[in-house]
Amino acid sequence: MTARMIQQLSELASHYDIVVIGAGPAGMAAASTAAAGGASVLVVDEGAGPGGQIYRSVTSASSRIMSLMGAEYLTGKTHAGRFLESRIDYANAATVWSIAPDESEAMGGGSFEICLSQNGIARGISTRHVILATGAQERPFPIPGWTLPGVMTAGAAQIALKSSGLVPSGRVVLAGSGPLLYLLASQLLAARVKPVALLDTTPTLNWLKAAPALPDFLRSPYFGKGLKLLRAVRRGIRVVRGVNQLRADGDGQLGLVTFTRGRRLPEALEADTLLLHQGVVPATNLAMSAGVKHHWSAGQCCWLPDCDGWGHTSVPGISITGDGTGIAGAEAATARGELAAIGALHRLGLLTKAERGRQAPPARAALEKARQGRRFLDALYRPADRFRVPKDNATIVCRCEEVTAGQVRAAAALGAQGPNQLKSFARAGMGPCQGRMCGLTITEIMAVERRLSQSQIGCLTVRTPVKPVTLAELAGMSSCSGKATDETHAG
Amino acid sequence: MFQRLPETTSHRADINFTFEGRPLAASQGDSLACALLAAGVVACRTTPATGAARAPYCLMGVCFECLVTIDGIANRQACMVEVTDGMQVTRQTGKREASPSGPRA
Repeated sequence: MTARMIQQLSELASHYDIVVIGAGPAGMAAASTAAAGGASVLVVDEGAGPGGQIYRSVTSASSRIMSLMGAEYLTGKTHAGRFLESRIDYANAATVWSIAPDESEAMGGGSFEICLSQNGIARGISTRHVILATGAQERPFPIPGWTLPGVMTAGAAQIALKSSGLVPSGRVVLAGSGPLLYLLASQLLAARVKPVALLDTTPTLNWLKAAPALPDFLRSPYFGKGLKLLRAVRRGIRVVRGVNQLRADGDGQLGLVTFTRGRRLPEALEADTLLLHQGVVPATNLAMSAGVKHHWSAGQCCWLPDCDGWGHTSVPGISITGDGTGIAGAEAATARGELAAIGALHRLGLLTKAERGRQAPPARAALEKARQGRRFLDALYRPADRFRVPKDNATIVCRCEEVTAGQVRAAAALGAQGPNQLKSFARAGMGPCQGRMCGLTITEIMAVERRLSQSQIGCLTVRTPVKPVTLAELAGMSSCSGKATDETHAG
Repeated sequence: MFQRLPETTSHRADINFTFEGRPLAASQGDSLACALLAAGVVACRTTPATGAARAPYCLMGVCFECLVTIDGIANRQACMVEVTDGMQVTRQTGKREASPSGPRA
């Protein structure tokens, strides 16, 4: 059996037992497992092919890219192969922009209406269970000048490499913290691109805070891999540790990267490309728009959905899996995807409790193994306060509406209670990205200003549609007609 | 500035498209954002608030910085659209205006 590729949304069934959103490692595993368990499954993914961001373009990449990306990327090919051999419907290059309770009587309650778009056509379908496998996004990195052309995320550079064989030319500077930054540096070196410098913003004190988790890390596969990576990068690139100030300058595009290390005088580097990274955080927009409860994680400095061990959320019938439940990487995501599918199959009555208990342990063991060492990495690469909450008031926080940290602080001083009231003070979070690039920063700035916790401050309310839809798409919808615009329910 | 590594896309056919009327080439399978980066395009839009130049930032559909007008339709995310032969792409300048005669006018 092979996956049925959905080229036009008219080919979709009107109902599926399970809809999986996202075809990264978690979504692929969830879909394969759910289909093998006898459920009718639709997978909707924004990418051209399966793999998500970590295994991006894995089914189409040339052998040169395969060898540059390394062994872990190669395993994605096996996962994608298994996924494409599953008995599923798979809509690629398609976007889900609404998840709402299906109130039509035909379904007898307890189901959801999913609205999606592909090639400028929108459609609504119903499902009994939604598995959100929407993964992660890079954490905002608000420094002065981060909106200049020439400044991108490290993840973006990796996507350009995986999907199109592109590498930055000219003078390249990498800056920030976390394993991905070093991984990208080593991949660029392998592609014979030699960055000018890697500016490491990991706070030196983090080493102390991470130390208690060191024994666990030493036993994990991360240790050996990490050591090899650090050595390779330090051999090839100037690595500057303890960077505590960073800015980008240029006239219409990047020209200069300036940094400070400890109490030394600032140093400036001429640069054409600056690649920023300070970790990844769950992509929460779709889950939040569907009303799933979230809580603030002090360790990972981000919102996490309230989930049980099967990924079931506060909304019955919606589960979340993979990095969307908390960052743990691709191997953990695969295991979590299987667990989410097993949990969903049981909920739908397709798997007995005994059978669930028999199928889960291998995935639980794999998850446990994959999580080993994460506690150390979380503590070590917890981004510095000063790079999450910019001190310089002129720093743009909301890129879409060009709202600065100073404007957010001024609004808080004038009495804005939280991110949602801030919208009417300063328009922050109201642009096309819908708060994806500023939400965390705004919550943290306001928490500091108002001397409250991040949970007390809260987050930007996310509303349907979570991605822009044209009026033509809405007008042409065959189902879900006219309803979508009313679905701005409390979430 | 980006350049294409040799031996990574040799099996792909060439695509011809235009940006601001200028003919550019891309490889089949490129996202439009990657095609623009490879062609040396610095900025793909200017912002509605201050008119500042912006370019692709995340390449994964999150940041909405790579918004362009494709074949007359505004606000398209260049990183989420595959470049195709004959595609006519223009920079988005400042705010969008509603067009009385529809998006394709």
